[in-house]
Amino acid sequence: MSGKRRLLVFSLAASVFLGVFLGLSTYTFVAAHGTSYLSNDPAVCINCHIMRDDYDGWQHGSHHAVATCNDCHLPHDNVVHKLFVKASNGYHHSKAFTLLNFAEPIRIKPGNAQVLEDNCLRCHAEQTDEITAHGTLGVPSDPNQKADLFGCVRCHQGVGHGPAR
Amino acid sequence: MTDNPTPLFSRPYVRMGLLAAGAALATVLVMTLYASIASRKVEGRQSSFKVVDLDEKTVDPAQWGKDFPKQYDGYMKTSERYGTKYGGAGSEALPVSRIKEDPRLVTIFDGYAFAIDFNLRRGHAYMLDDQRNTKRVTTKPQTGACMHCHASNTVAYREAGLKGGAPGTLDEAFTSPNAQAQLMAGFETVSKLPYAEASKLVKHAVACIDCHDPKNMALRVTKPGFLRGIVALANSGEPVPHLPSIEKWRKGDKATPYDANHDASRQELRSMVCGQCHVEYYCGPKATLFFPWNKGLKVEQEEAFYNEYKFADGHRFFDWKHAKTGAEVLKAQHPEFEMWSQGIHARSGVSCADCHMPYVREGAVKISSHQVRSPLLDVSRSCQVCHRFPEEELKARVVAIQDRTKALMDRAEDAVVDLINNLEAAKKTGLDDTKLQPIFELQRKAQWRVDWVNAENSMGFHAPQEAARILGEAIDYARQGQIALRDLGVPNVAKIAKK
Repeated sequence: MSGKRRLLVFSLAASVFLGVFLGLSTYTFVAAHGTSYLSNDPAVCINCHIMRDDYDGWQHGSHHAVATCNDCHLPHDNVVHKLFVKASNGYHHSKAFTLLNFAEPIRIKPGNAQVLEDNCLRCHAEQTDEITAHGTLGVPSDPNQKADLFGCVRCHQGVGHGPAR
Repeated sequence: MTDNPTPLFSRPYVRMGLLAAGAALATVLVMTLYASIASRKVEGRQSSFKVVDLDEKTVDPAQWGKDFPKQYDGYMKTSERYGTKYGGAGSEALPVSRIKEDPRLVTIFDGYAFAIDFNLRRGHAYMLDDQRNTKRVTTKPQTGACMHCHASNTVAYREAGLKGGAPGTLDEAFTSPNAQAQLMAGFETVSKLPYAEASKLVKHAVACIDCHDPKNMALRVTKPGFLRGIVALANSGEPVPHLPSIEKWRKGDKATPYDANHDASRQELRSMVCGQCHVEYYCGPKATLFFPWNKGLKVEQEEAFYNEYKFADGHRFFDWKHAKTGAEVLKAQHPEFEMWSQGIHARSGVSCADCHMPYVREGAVKISSHQVRSPLLDVSRSCQVCHRFPEEELKARVVAIQDRTKALMDRAEDAVVDLINNLEAAKKTGLDDTKLQPIFELQRKAQWRVDWVNAENSMGFHAPQEAARILGEAIDYARQGQIALRDLGVPNVAKIAKK
């Protein structure tokens, strides 16, 4: 086979394979409702069935009328931060749900707990000024500070996700 | 060309080849991801796949297991060996003997079958074998009433009922009047048979059909003792805030009796199905098995009911005559449902299944674990769902409650044993039974209370304060008995007690 002919065959193969890859990727993206993740619709969060309980709980929670998942679970200081946290959570969630290797019960991580806390204060700053003026909203329930809940939601557990079962 | 070759990876066709290979590999990965997404979607939509048709005659859990393999796997795993500080005896070889561990129980149960053979519990998988083999059954005559809890018996009862002339057929729905008539008639007949004969009528330990409707898997209660007991409880005036459907029924016109299968919520049934057996009951030969719930679920309410209950021969209710003292005393079975009813978890709407059958994830779906066992073996799924503290912390809290209960129970057992020894000594001094009768009553009260906590399978955890209250009363009654003996002039009461 001459050099030119060889290059032609390999180029053709590369084009076909790339085309197949792009086509199937798009198909998978659509099948997985990829575009829905760009929205703020809470129903998107139950694309993963794992989140059904949390979604059901939120519908019974007092914040149902005023806040959706993203209002509490994503930062709202600037759009870059928001998209970064969304992408990072999205990556971790899809990895966990694909490999099914996560610990249960699902617990919020410290970084996300901070986001949550900031969002409580974003709306409730006036009520909490007197408390935050003294520097703390309480201690984490885990002395090692690895566990999830501290601040507002340590006591106000049911406001977002409704009463526990 | 040969004297100055281009490096391999710089040749255009090799680059193109690598690009093609990379694209192909990436395609494989994307398709793997797609397959995973597709299977998660299916898992999320479909939780069971019908392989066999189940009906009211399907007793064999293996048949149900074909339709519900995940639940069946868990059910089979109840044979797994496990132990906690105060419970579980595993499955290898024989279960641990409680009377060898605690010789006081031999004195307390003297004259009763529990003094011969009394082992730590094992998993559900063993309930029928362990019963067939315990010396309480092999060396003492027992009745078919034992089948009420240790076997799957809805079909056996209904067949026996049909044989005895009950109306209808076995095909009728369990809740139909005919089926209920068959069940109750068969229950009466089978309970009166000798154990060995009744045992031949059943093949399986408690199985799917005892708690589930074969048509739609809805929870249901099927054990006659419970069906009657819960009606008696509903008819009593005792507040049951943890069973809201009973409270609601009481406020209604009461045109029809309370029916758990019709009135109770799913969350209540998640406890009631366990309460079909994990309760106090009488299952001896002198009356058909019954739950003493007519006055309420507390220890003294059950005692009061027993004290008023008369056997067919007119004699007041008792389980056995104590061999050393002659007192007619009571034996508690395993009043978990009653103890739970007094605790904070019941008041908070937490059911048995919430902790003992926590939700587990299988693929993308959640099912309740059918490996019924101690929550201490699965703290994250059982406790942490509500209690957001580290696992070790939660375990330590439970064990602290159990250690305290055990310490108090030890004192209560000592007190009862002391009273029994004193009564025995008093009888030797020639005091007659009429004078000792009030003290026999105290033995009956004290022994009943110790046993109520001891036989209950949580070492106080299901209702810590209630357990402590009961044990406190037990100690008080036993020591009151000793004081009464001293007043009767029995020598060395305190000295014997001190031993």
